[in-house]
Formats: sequence, C-alpha cells, structure tokens
Amino acid sequence: MRVLVCVKRVPQTGGRIVLTGDGQEIDTKFLGFTISPHEECGVEEAVRIIEAGGGESTVLTLGSAAAEEQLRDAMALGIDRAVLLETDGSEWDPVSTAAAIADTIRAQEAAGGPFDLVIFGNESADSGGFQVGIRVAVALGRPVVSGLKGLTIGSGSVTARREAAGGGWETYELPLPAIVGVKEGINLPRYPSVPGRLRARKKEVERVPVGAAGTGAAAASGAPMGPTKSMLRLPQEAESQVEILGRGAEAAPAVVDLLQKLGLVAR
Amino acid sequence: MSGPILVFVELGSGEAVGDGAGGADRVSLETLAFARSLAEGLGGAAVEALLFGAAAGVAGGLGAHGAATAHIVTDAAIAGAYAPAAWGAALAELAGSRGAAAVIGPGTDRGAEVLAHAAARLGMPLAANVIAATPGASWSVTRQRWAGSLLEDATLDAPIRLLTMAPHAVAVDERAGARPAAIAPLTPTIDAADLVVRVTGHEPPAKGSVSLTDAKVVVGGGRGVGSAAAFSELEELAGLLGGAVGVSRVVTSNGWRPHTEQVGQTGQRIAPDLYIACGISGAIQHIVGCKSAKRILAINTDAESPIMALADYAVLGDLHQVVPAISAEIRRRTG
Amino acid sequence: MASLPKRAKVVIVGAGIVGNSMAWHLAKLGWRDIVLLEKGTLPNPGGSTGHASNFIFLTDHNKEMAAFTIDSANQYRDLGVYHECGGIEVARTPERMEELKRRMASSKSWDIEGVRLLTPTEVKAMVPFINETIILGGFYTPGVGVVDSLQAGTLMRQMAQEMGALTIAAGVEVTGVDTENGRVTRVRTDHGDIDTEYVVIACGIWSPRIAAMAGASIPLTPAVHQMIDIGPVPMFANARTEVDYPIVRDMDTNMYERQHGNGFEVGSYAHRAILMDPDDIPSIEASALSPTMLPFTQEDFDPQLEDALELFPSIVGDEKVGVKLAINGLLSLTPDGNPIIGETPEVKNLWSVAAIWIKEAPGIAKCVAEWMTHGTPEIDPHGSDIARFYDHHKTWQHIRARTTEGFNKTYGIVHPMEQWESNRPIRRSPAAARHAELGAVAFEAAGWERPFWYGANESLLAEYGDRVMPRAAEWDARWWSPIINAEHLAMRDRAGLVDLSAFAIFDVTGPGALAALERLCVNKVDVRPGKTVYTPLLNPAGGILADLTIMRLAHDHFRVVTGGGMGMRDRKIFVDGLPADGSAQLFDLTSAMTTFGLWGPRARDILGAAADGSADISHAGFPFLTSKLVDIDGVRTLASRISYVGELGWEIYVPMEQGLRVWDALWAAGRPHGMVPVGIGTYAVTSRLEKGYRAHGAELELDFNLVEAGMARPSLKDADFVGRAAYEAQRAADPVAILCTLTVDDPTSSSGIKRYMLGREPILTPDGRSIIDAKGRRSYVTSAGSGPSVGKHLLMTYLPPEHAVVGTKLVVEYFGEHYPVTVAIAGATPLFDPDNARIRA
Repeated sequence: MRVLVCVKRVPQTGGRIVLTGDGQEIDTKFLGFTISPHEECGVEEAVRIIEAGGGESTVLTLGSAAAEEQLRDAMALGIDRAVLLETDGSEWDPVSTAAAIADTIRAQEAAGGPFDLVIFGNESADSGGFQVGIRVAVALGRPVVSGLKGLTIGSGSVTARREAAGGGWETYELPLPAIVGVKEGINLPRYPSVPGRLRARKKEVERVPVGAAGTGAAAASGAPMGPTKSMLRLPQEAESQVEILGRGAEAAPAVVDLLQKLGLVAR
Repeated sequence: MSGPILVFVELGSGEAVGDGAGGADRVSLETLAFARSLAEGLGGAAVEALLFGAAAGVAGGLGAHGAATAHIVTDAAIAGAYAPAAWGAALAELAGSRGAAAVIGPGTDRGAEVLAHAAARLGMPLAANVIAATPGASWSVTRQRWAGSLLEDATLDAPIRLLTMAPHAVAVDERAGARPAAIAPLTPTIDAADLVVRVTGHEPPAKGSVSLTDAKVVVGGGRGVGSAAAFSELEELAGLLGGAVGVSRVVTSNGWRPHTEQVGQTGQRIAPDLYIACGISGAIQHIVGCKSAKRILAINTDAESPIMALADYAVLGDLHQVVPAISAEIRRRTG
Repeated sequence: MASLPKRAKVVIVGAGIVGNSMAWHLAKLGWRDIVLLEKGTLPNPGGSTGHASNFIFLTDHNKEMAAFTIDSANQYRDLGVYHECGGIEVARTPERMEELKRRMASSKSWDIEGVRLLTPTEVKAMVPFINETIILGGFYTPGVGVVDSLQAGTLMRQMAQEMGALTIAAGVEVTGVDTENGRVTRVRTDHGDIDTEYVVIACGIWSPRIAAMAGASIPLTPAVHQMIDIGPVPMFANARTEVDYPIVRDMDTNMYERQHGNGFEVGSYAHRAILMDPDDIPSIEASALSPTMLPFTQEDFDPQLEDALELFPSIVGDEKVGVKLAINGLLSLTPDGNPIIGETPEVKNLWSVAAIWIKEAPGIAKCVAEWMTHGTPEIDPHGSDIARFYDHHKTWQHIRARTTEGFNKTYGIVHPMEQWESNRPIRRSPAAARHAELGAVAFEAAGWERPFWYGANESLLAEYGDRVMPRAAEWDARWWSPIINAEHLAMRDRAGLVDLSAFAIFDVTGPGALAALERLCVNKVDVRPGKTVYTPLLNPAGGILADLTIMRLAHDHFRVVTGGGMGMRDRKIFVDGLPADGSAQLFDLTSAMTTFGLWGPRARDILGAAADGSADISHAGFPFLTSKLVDIDGVRTLASRISYVGELGWEIYVPMEQGLRVWDALWAAGRPHGMVPVGIGTYAVTSRLEKGYRAHGAELELDFNLVEAGMARPSLKDADFVGRAAYEAQRAADPVAILCTLTVDDPTSSSGIKRYMLGREPILTPDGRSIIDAKGRRSYVTSAGSGPSVGKHLLMTYLPPEHAVVGTKLVVEYFGEHYPVTVAIAGATPLFDPDNARIRA
C-alpha cells in the first residue's frame, strides 16, 4: 500500500498570539514550529497503516525551506520519504495550495505508482480553511470524507468513522484510492524515538520548487482565488468580573444557590 | 437587485440521529440569522434555504428565521443518507440556477464539508468560519483562524461568495408571526460517483449520555483533576445536573478521557448555559472551545490562573474537595 | 489577587526557588512586612526554577559554591523534599579519571561524605542500563539527590506566611524601582506602588531588567541549556520513586542522564552557547510553554543524542521509547560563572540574588538574609559578591564573550589557574610594550594583563639548575613555568622589577577621613603622615573581610591600596563606611596610578641610581612602612617602603601616563645590578609562601579569625572598629585552629614522578583520616607553591592545636595518593628569613 500524508508547518503558539507590527503574520520570534495537530494524527495513522500492512509512506508539505523540519519530524516517526513543495514562504490560499498538491500527486504517481490513500488533516491549525483535501479530491476525481476519527483499511476499500452531530458515530465506506481528512482523536500519536530522529536526520527530502503564492496551475487557469488576507488581528478579550463564591468545600451551598438561580437545579 | 443568499441548513440532532429526522441544527439557525442581516445589506435580497430530506413543517418553519424559500431534496437516493459530494453538488447546482449572490453553510463538520465540495465544483474560493461580512464589489469578511484565537480580515472576490459561519458568532434570530418559507422541491442532477461516499452506518450514542454540544451544563476537567479515576467526581456532578463532561487537551493526551469529550481548538466548541471549569488553567487552546458559554464557574486552587479572567464565578480550592461537596449539597436539597 | 500593601519593609521580586528562599530566611531572621511579587502564576511562575532538572551534585572544587550547595541540600532535606539517590560522574578518558581523583580530594576538603571511585563493573551494578564498556570508571557520591524545588518554594512561602511575615502577590509585574539619594524607596507595579525600605531582586534571567530600573547593573545573560525527556522506558515501568537509580553525569560529553519516573532525562551543556538578550525574553502570555522554555533547536542536540545513545543504548536506542519533551531551557550565566549576590554598589538597600542554580539557592538565600540582617553571613560570599565587578565586566561584549567561553566548561576539567581566552586584553599596564619585548606570559586579574613570568628570563634556568624545582607532571606544570622560580631566586640574589598595575587604589580625604578609616580598620590608622599601615578589615562577627595597606599622606589624606581581584568589593566597603555628612570623600585612582615593585638586596642601589638624589633613601632616612616622594627621570613618584616578597624594596606609585618612563628608568638603573623582570608567579605565590604572608580568598576569609591566622597584634588600639567586640572575644579564647606552613617531605608519587600540589587539597593524618577542628572545619591546603629559596614545596593550612606543632608529620592527598608533609611553622613566623633582616636592610 502507498500512503501519502499532507502536513503543514505551523507555529506552536502560546497563551496569547503576538502579531508582527504590520498585522500580516504571527510573530514567531520566540515560537517553535510543529505539524498542525490533526495532521500529526494523520502522520501516525499513515505510519500505523504501513506498519500493519506493509508498503510505503510519504509525507508532503507546501511551505518554505524551513518546513523541512516538519518533514523530518514525520520521518522520525516512521514515514519513509518526504516531498517539499518549496515556496518563498508567503501564505498560499486554499485554491492555489490544493492545485499545487493535486499537480504534485499526479507527478508523484506518474513516477512511483498511485497512492492508495491520501491523508489530510481536517483543517490546518493556523489558517483553518477546511477545504484543501476536498479540493484535491475533486481535482483528482477521488472519493473523500473529512472529520474522521477512525479508519480501517479493508481490501480495496477503507471504512471511515466520524462523530455524528448529536452524539454517536456514523460510518462511511470508500473504495481505494481515496482521500480522507482526519481529526485529532483518531489515534494518540507516538513520540519520535532517538534512533528515529537520528535516521530522519540522514534521509533525503525531495524538493519541488513552486515559488510564490498565486503562481502555478491555479493562477494559470484564471479561476478566482482567495480569500485574500488584508490583515490579522486579535479578538477583543471579554474580561469578566469574577465573583468569588467561596473557598474550598464550604463554598458548596453558595454554588448550589447559583445553580438554582440559573434554573439548573430544582428549588 | 442581487441574487438570493443560499443557506445550507443542516438537520438532525437531539435524540434521533437519522438524517433529517430532527429539526434544523442550531448553528444552521445562526447561519440563517447571519444571512438575514447580510440580505438586508444587499438591499433586501431573499434568503433561501437548502435542506435534504426535511419534513415540510420543519422547512416551512425556517420562515421564522428569515428564509423566504426552502428548497428540499427529497429523493431518497440523495437525501436518504448524508453524502457530502452529492450534497455539495446539489448546492452548487442550485447556486447556479438561482443566480445566488452568496452561499453560506454552518461551520459544522457537514457544513464545512458540503460547502467545500460546492466551492471546488464551482471553482470558487470559500471563506471558512466567518463572523462578519460586508458586501460590496469585493466582499470584506472577518474570519476565524486558530479556531478563533485570531481573526483575519480578508477580501473575497468571486461571482458567488461561499462562506461558512463560525459557530456561536451570532445569535439565533427567530421572529414569531413570520410567513412560513415557501417549499420548493429540488431534484438535482447527481453523478453516481458523487454518491459513492455516504453514511452507511450509525452507532447510537451511549444510553442516557448527553451530547457535549447540546448540554446545558458542561463540567470541564483539566490537568488539575490529576487522574482518570478522579473524573468520577466530575461525572457525578454532571449527572446530577443533566450535563456532560468536557475536558482539556492534556486530559485526552494523558489518556484519561476519550477525545470525544475534548473542548477547544482541536475538539468541540460548546455553548452551554454554564461551564464549570474544574482544575483548568485556561490556556487559549481550551478557551476558544468554551468561551461561548453563557456563564463560567471556575474551581481552581490558583486565584491567578488565566481562567479567572474569563470566569463569572469562582471557587478557590481543591476541586477534589469542592466538587463532591457541591454534589452532596445538590443531593441534600433535591432529596 | 490579594490587594497589594501600600508599604513594606522589603519587596522581593520573583517567586522562584531564590525568592521563596529569601522570603523564608528573612522571616526566620525576624523580618516582617515582607512582600513577594511574582509576575507569573504560582507555584510555577515560568522562570528557570520551573524547568530545572532539580538534581544536586555536592562536589565543587570551589569552596564557596560547595558550602552553599551542602547547606542547600541540608535545607531541602529538612523540608522533606530531598530524594537521595546518589550520583555517579563517569569518565570516558584517562584525563577524566584523574579529574575524578581530584574531585575525591575536594570532597574530603569540603566534608562530603561517602564518596568513592568505582570501576566500570561497579558502575554497572548501580546503573544496570549503562554501557560500561566505554567508561573507565566513576566517582560516586551517595548524598547526591533530586529535590522538588517547586514544593520547597511553596513550603517556604507557607512558613513565612504562618509567621505573619509575608504577603504574596502573583500576577503583579514590576514596572519601576524608585530611588532617592542613592537609596531604594519604592517599587512600582502594574497593580500599584509599594513604598519600601529594601528591594531584593530574585528574578533570575529577568534580574538585569529590574536592576536597570533602579540604575544598577546585574551582569548576567540568559542562555540556553538543552534537555529532552524520553519515555516511557519499559525497564522503569515499575519505578518505585521518582529516581530509583543514581544520576549519571557523562562528564566528557558535557551531559547528564537520569531516570525520572518511567522516563529518562538527557541534558546537555555540550552544544554551542546560545545566549539571549535579557530584553528579548518572551512574555508569559506569548510563550508556548513558559518564557524560559524556548523552542528546541534540534540541530544543536543531534550530536549529543549520539553520545547518549552510546552510553545508554538499551534506553536511548529503544525504538519504542519516544522523545516526550525537548526544550531549550533558559538559565542565567555570568562572566565568571559565579552567582551575583549582595547589595548593588550603585543603590543602597537594593540587593541582587541572581544567577543561582537549584542546588545552591536556599544556602545562598540564607547567606544573603544573614548579610542583610547583621552584615555577618556564615558562609563567605566574596566570590559571588556583586560588588566584585569592574565596569568592563558589565559590558554586553564581556558578558557574551565570557559566558560563551565558559558554557562548555560546565563539566570541564578546569585547571585552578586556567585563563580566559576571550575579550582580552582589556586593561594594560603603561609598560605593556616592554612586557611584550620581554616575552611576558600574562595572566588576567581584574581585567589587567599581568605578567606571570617573563620568557626573557629563560636564561636564568641554567644559572639555577634544579633549584627551580622543575615539574614533570603535565597538570602540575600547566599554567606554570620553572622560570617563575628562577625569577624568584634572581630577585632574592639581586633584584626584581614587578609590574603591580592591577592594584586598586583609592584616596580617602577630608576632615572625616581618619574617623571613618579608624572605624573600618583593625589596626591604628592615626599614624603620623608618611607612615604606612597594614591592616585587616573585619565584619561585625569578627570574620576577616579584607587585608590591605593604607598610606597616610597628609593629616586628612589617606591612600588605600588593595588587590585588584577584590578591589571593587573593597571600594564598596570604604564607600559604605564614609560619613553621611560628606566630611570624607573617596576618589578611585585605580586607573590614574600605576605601581611598580622594586625588591631585592640591590633595590636601594637601583633606586638610588634611578632617582635624582634629592630624596634620602637610606634605611634611616626611609624606614620600613613609610612613604615619600621620589623623583625618577623627571617624574614625581610616591615610593612606599614595604614588601610582600620579603626583600628590601619599594612600591613606586606613578601617574599612569608617565608609567612607561619610570619603568624604563628603573630598568636602565637595574640592569647593571643584575635586576630581572619578575612576574606575579613569584610575587603572589613563591615569595609570599616563603614569608608566610596570608592572602585574602586563601587564608583570609570570613570563616577564619585573626587569632587563628596568626595576625593578632599584642595590643589593641583605643578606637572602636567594626568587629571589635568579636575580635576581643577571639583574643580571649584559645584558638581552635592555627595557620601553619607545611613542607612536602617527599613529592615522589607511586609512579616515581614528583608531584606538586596546587591548593585546596585535604590535609590528613598519616593514616589518612580527615582533620577536623572544634568548629567542624576540615584542614585543607589554603595556598600551595614552590619555595625555591628553602628548596621545598610549601603548603599553608589551618590545623587544630594538637596538630599545629612544628615537626608534626601529616599527609596531603593529591590525585588519589598521599604525600608526607611536616609542619614547618605554626603561626606567622616566616620560613625564609624568619627575622626579616632582609626587609629591614
């Protein structure tokens, strides 16, 4: 089986996001970078699928040269090979990103055979577009489903499981090749081992230069792109005036008074 | 006169899980409220809803939420089970045939998925988790990033503007005495390939469990709870209040509780009447999931923890003493 | 948040392990209205305490740091937060094995019990997961332990609160520190202002920022220490406690490894020094983990992973064991590696307690609290005293250079004389060009380049043959040359010219000067103008603070001359002692005056030849311990007849810009008499030891008194002075230790190589037992060096009276072997020229 997992390098933010002076970016001076959380689970899922059934896993990202760090992180966890669609570091919109990834998948498949499964994270942590995987699937004409917290590989198909809106679960069957969007919770990702780290350090990363945002296949088609960022800003924090109901167990009557007042406990 | 604003309305929640069996989803109603205010900004454009498999009564009732027309797909092959590609294709087709100015969906799993399919098919951009929009030659939108820790002001330029609405960004706007929505049956042309992916099975929620997103009270637990076993104290309180247990990310990554209970950036966004945050320091990654709660009661040993800046009420102390004492007090008063 | 009090006795800034310890110790010493401010949240505010590895290795070659560490371990033990697990420093190289033997010796000197050397097999028995095939052995300390520093802090805060002494305010950021007339008056915060008498800066890497608010300087830099936590380790699945196995320090790779519950922690000091600007530390809110836990830089750590893998293959190499946490943790580094504690010289009542590790924090806090309360800390803090810094030390360039250089020496084998390489030269003598021509090998002191010996004197080696006591062992001969001993002999035979530019010199003047100096000095300063006084300074408890000379130049004009090393600290003592009414003033002439020493039997002839003849330099006309103006080649100098080498001669004080002219004149006058340039190796070591002269920081420290040091004079002056009462009590009692000079009887090691001790080694009974005096102090070598004129290697040590008897046979431990020594002098009598005839010639 051949599995491709697509990841995004995102800053590891702290308690409060700090923006650059021009409001265009997050100030990452003091921040580390990581693979977006849903995609970390995607990497783990890819590694597990190959561990269980054999084959080859590939990790792909679109980002600056620095994103090689996240590719190596993924390889440290057991991914076999890595592809970097190397940009100039500017932010790409979902339409352009999906087009570049779809092109790359075609090229990779032409060279190395089809990917049975392409895994995306449900949405990236930073831009939260909720669409790249679906756009790639539509472009490639493959079945896709998002929001997954369970995957079972069958012969020629995959059973997918996701939480239903009102509780419980719903399941889907997808013939392979297919594309899936996974969510945190599908698994508990492993930590990289030291030997894994050391191996990943020595592995090759295939680099495919894709240049600046707004270039490439999507731009050439003349289709509308976006949304186009004007600026970032922090939401206004709703500071509340906290009322201390008491200390320790002695506060219980005051708490229940409140619950009754709110109609949450019968009087 | 602008074309209508088309809203994908998601159905089905509450006790019955079968597609189309419940009423309109709360975030969909919020989306209609947003569409109504947007329509006013567009000089009185019509708001039209698209539903799959809804009873006529439910669809008509959307009139109170501002929908002039409710398009309903009833063909069981399409609407009988949720099929993201098919539903997206139907939405795209309807947007085209109605000359829609905008297509909006709720920022739920399904809403996001259906809108993404529609956008991909229409070859147009999609702005996800919007909280405000200003129509114009180029639309200005404000959308959430980092699950709401950060806002982006952006422009959206396309013949049809596709958006999803961030949950709980606007209130439901139900107006009594409004005209019911006109029912317009829809029979879209769906390619068989788009019906390949569809819900083929359901597992009902555990008996008596309360959905985190629907619960009026959520008892939240964080690192301060300390162990998997200690969650029984929170479960007991949640049970007495008819509520649900929610947790922060550290709890699920420690394996203390299932991920389905996680509230926050990579978990659920909840909007209960009361959120009881026990041993939760209040990292932004958690706060974005619970800040829509009407009220927050924090139980924490540390008066300086960030949750205090957000809480309406607080009890200072060890949750392992405070939470059982509250449960005991409730039992005492309710006999 | 508790509301802030409007006023306080003392405001402590920072509630890490240091601030919490300060609050507790001040409360215990009776302080009340203590306010502890913390910007972050409790109990883990986000400073270096929060990510510390929390283990304590007890042994340090540095006496002061060892004392702080031992005291801290005892305090943690009393708090019930010390988990003793033992620790092993392992050696991968023969050099390291030798170093471990030296650590054995230092452990004996500083009273660290149960230490022993282990074979690789013995290491394996204690740490079954180690790859013992790549190590040569280990140094085991049973008392090594791990502490819960956050819990310790919480307990200390609680105890202070229970005493009603402490108000704690977290989430409060200090925005300013106000001063009036050079004294702290107020702390400004984002929650309101607090009027206060004292401010204690205990906020680690942020300390420079707070100090700067008051106009003071704390020269430290935040720097990165990398560590990773891996796990879960299958063999630790049933770990009973936080640490079941001894902590391992892999000294040769600058790393440590320890079990940590079911995990394994690997820390490193091997990577490049990664420094940060203190103003660049992120805020608490903007930090992903905490302001002091920065994103891990993997590429810096990769080589260390290989080292850890080699030593612990079964754990680190386990594919199932994952890297759970990897951080670049910030800690504080200082230019000389020591903490920065004490009252800032710039602002009264503003105290620094910074650049402190978990292992020494409670001990240092106790010391500072005692110092603040009575001025009498039990452990001598002079090596950590904030007042030690000269201005150049406080520059960013110097801090960066020295911390970068020092970082990788954290676990290094550092020779006691090891020299810094970076940011030199800083201060240069006016005769520096001549030093260079003479092939001077310069060591740095207080930023000055001081010739330690001169290559040009190599020709003397043939003249003196084996009398120069050549050293065959590389360690003994490192940072040393037999030329030092040749210079020594040539000076004693003829004459030597010594550059003493590193002296710190202050003039104290004004009608109040005499009274102020009398108050500070043990010996009478009220001498006739022209006389020179040698005097110790004491603290109120009678501990020895300093020793220095004061020349009375006129009725109300005194010149204080002290060593460069503690020059700025000594200056603070004098400045603090000036009268409040301004009737005396201190002028620092350190950079205005240079000093040359001219000593030896021919010194008078040479000075006579160099001077213009107008000054009488005969013994009668220019007696010992007097000074007068002597004009040399048209330069008016101040000559002071004094000696630290035991020879006839003078210190000659010269305006800095005319120094070269005077050097050249003395040089020209001296050559016909066989004068040689003489380095500090002779001045500060060999000639001093032969004469039994005591040195501050070696023999003279707070924990010794003048009676023990043999420096008590027969009579006491009338005037009161600091420490008088304690000194009188010391004089009335029999001393429990006496400073002695020992000769090494036979320096031949078991391998037949002659070995020469360098100082700080334990002195033991012939059967190898430690010698402990009635105050519990162990006997160790305070100073060591050659005695070329007496033909012996010399050691100084304090001995209990029963051992302090001339002729007593003892041993000294050096690199694991015992060498026989004999008490040659008990007390202050010089070994060489006991009657001081040469000085008074």
